[in-house]
Amino acid sequence: MKLLRNFLDTIKPNFEKGGKLEKFYPAYDAFETFAFVPGHTAHSGAHIRDAIDLKRTMVTVILAMVPALLFGMWNVGALHYKAIGVDASLLDAFGYGAFKVIPLIAVSYITGLGIEFAAAIMRGHQVNEGYLVTGMLIPLIMPVTMPLWMVAVSTAFAVIIGKEVFGGTGMNILNVALTARAFAFFAYPKNMSGDKVWIDTTTKSGESLVDGYSGATALGEMAGSGSTSFSAMDAFLGFIPGSIGETSTLAILIGAAILIISGIASWKIMASAIVGAAVMGGIFNIFAGYAISPEQQGFMGIPFWHQMLYGGFAFGVVFMATDPVSAAQTERGKWIYGFLVGFFAIMIRIFNPAYPEGIMLAILFMNVMAPLIDHYVVEGNIKRRLKRVNA
Amino acid sequence: MSATTEEIKKKPSEPLFGKKNRKLLTDPLDDNNPITVQVLGICSALAITVKLEPAIVMTISVMAVMGIGNVVISAIRNLIPNRVRIIVQLVVVASLVILVDQVLKAFVYDVSKQLSVFVGLIITNCIIMGRFEAFALANGLWKSFLDGIGNAFSYGLILVIVSFFRELFGAGELFGYQIIPSSWYVENGGFYENNGMMLLPPMALIVVALIIWFQRARNTKLIEEN
Repeated sequence: MKLLRNFLDTIKPNFEKGGKLEKFYPAYDAFETFAFVPGHTAHSGAHIRDAIDLKRTMVTVILAMVPALLFGMWNVGALHYKAIGVDASLLDAFGYGAFKVIPLIAVSYITGLGIEFAAAIMRGHQVNEGYLVTGMLIPLIMPVTMPLWMVAVSTAFAVIIGKEVFGGTGMNILNVALTARAFAFFAYPKNMSGDKVWIDTTTKSGESLVDGYSGATALGEMAGSGSTSFSAMDAFLGFIPGSIGETSTLAILIGAAILIISGIASWKIMASAIVGAAVMGGIFNIFAGYAISPEQQGFMGIPFWHQMLYGGFAFGVVFMATDPVSAAQTERGKWIYGFLVGFFAIMIRIFNPAYPEGIMLAILFMNVMAPLIDHYVVEGNIKRRLKRVNA
Repeated sequence: MSATTEEIKKKPSEPLFGKKNRKLLTDPLDDNNPITVQVLGICSALAITVKLEPAIVMTISVMAVMGIGNVVISAIRNLIPNRVRIIVQLVVVASLVILVDQVLKAFVYDVSKQLSVFVGLIITNCIIMGRFEAFALANGLWKSFLDGIGNAFSYGLILVIVSFFRELFGAGELFGYQIIPSSWYVENGGFYENNGMMLLPPMALIVVALIIWFQRARNTKLIEEN
């Protein structure tokens, strides 16, 4: 640590005003403040005093994602060995999964941080730390077979169109990681949906071992046939095919606990999203008899709490819907926002079999609506208080 | 001879492609582009820019309608009662569009089928009505003609740029010819896949937005003060 400090101090003059590399100061600053808590304090305007700054916040979120990530790596390997019919030890499975997942993470970080640094240097701003979390979220919500260049294109699109054009971290309207996924979903549907993409059946050198092995996700099965071969317990623990990080509800709940205890993510959004999903799921349960097809009837008829175990619902609600930038800001707004996220997620899932993953579209839709919700909450507050004053 | 009289003498005989007239042609290209600056005619920019060929045919059609329409309106501008001018303008556009539609059906039937309803919808293209109202009603024949051609061409230029990117990345083709080597595709053992999002209307909006971004970054006149 001392060594790093000394190194940073020796190269610092190059980046300061008048130095040779003055233009690249934002890049230097980003590394320095990432490694060490900056020594200066804010010197203008009103500020909230807090022990952690934004970089430390982001690192906590990444820590919360680690259980889902590790489990996802193991699951990728386990499903792979199961598909090719080989008994593999826990370590073998994990090793294979890590071998497949780490390149995705690397591509996501290199592309995204490259654009962030370029944008910061061009504008002369500080490098924003928001990408630390986004860069980890993007690989976790992609299927493991996703070609690396598609991940790079989706990431670049999301960072530039979803964030930089609005002014960088803190100014984006949509959740950046979900923008990347939505882009990939609509641009490369063959690689993002169906029953061929969720399980990697190639060897480490890339040869295909099993042709046409079909491994649909639980939601894919249900949209297709109205029932799923995975038990609710499997879905809760995560032994099912799906995007890398989304499968294990248990691992995600550990992450949720970290986020709630550290006070970083809003528990109100998570709670109300679960209520919203339960309400919509319950409505579907009641009206399952009126479904237009037997498949839909089967899908509508599953117990409402199963809906929260399958697919990306848990991951989306814990890590994406709570994004402090794109979610509603007012406390009452958070209840409404979260409720509607859960409500629409289940609704899209069941009513539109072409989009079995409803949570992605539900969160993006509510991201767009969040400022409107906030507006009416604030207006309502003003009206109520005016009434009190006038009365 | 004094300077003032010289100026007066020059005025009535401005050359056909004098500085002012040339400006009528070039102004809409950048500073006053109907799509990227005035943000008019967006609907057709979304609808017919999936491929280059229909976009170019559309451009030529709109140029014909706007060039002739502007001249017609300019010729009868002193006869049109102010109260019914919109109806008169509509009649002029509508008859021209029917002509264009018939010509397209006769000579490029395939493209005309691709454009389908959007040829008819040239009538409602806000750029055309806008130029009739804003320019042809108040200016002479030649100027109106230049203005019509200039605006239609600038509109078409954006269409062509947008459809170039959409066809290239969405289908890997230009004018229907394969541009991206077919051996690159996954089906043939390569790695490449067309970007399906390029074929969806939202991507047209995003491409137009990127053009606006690029244009505003370069053209200092368009940079708004905060």
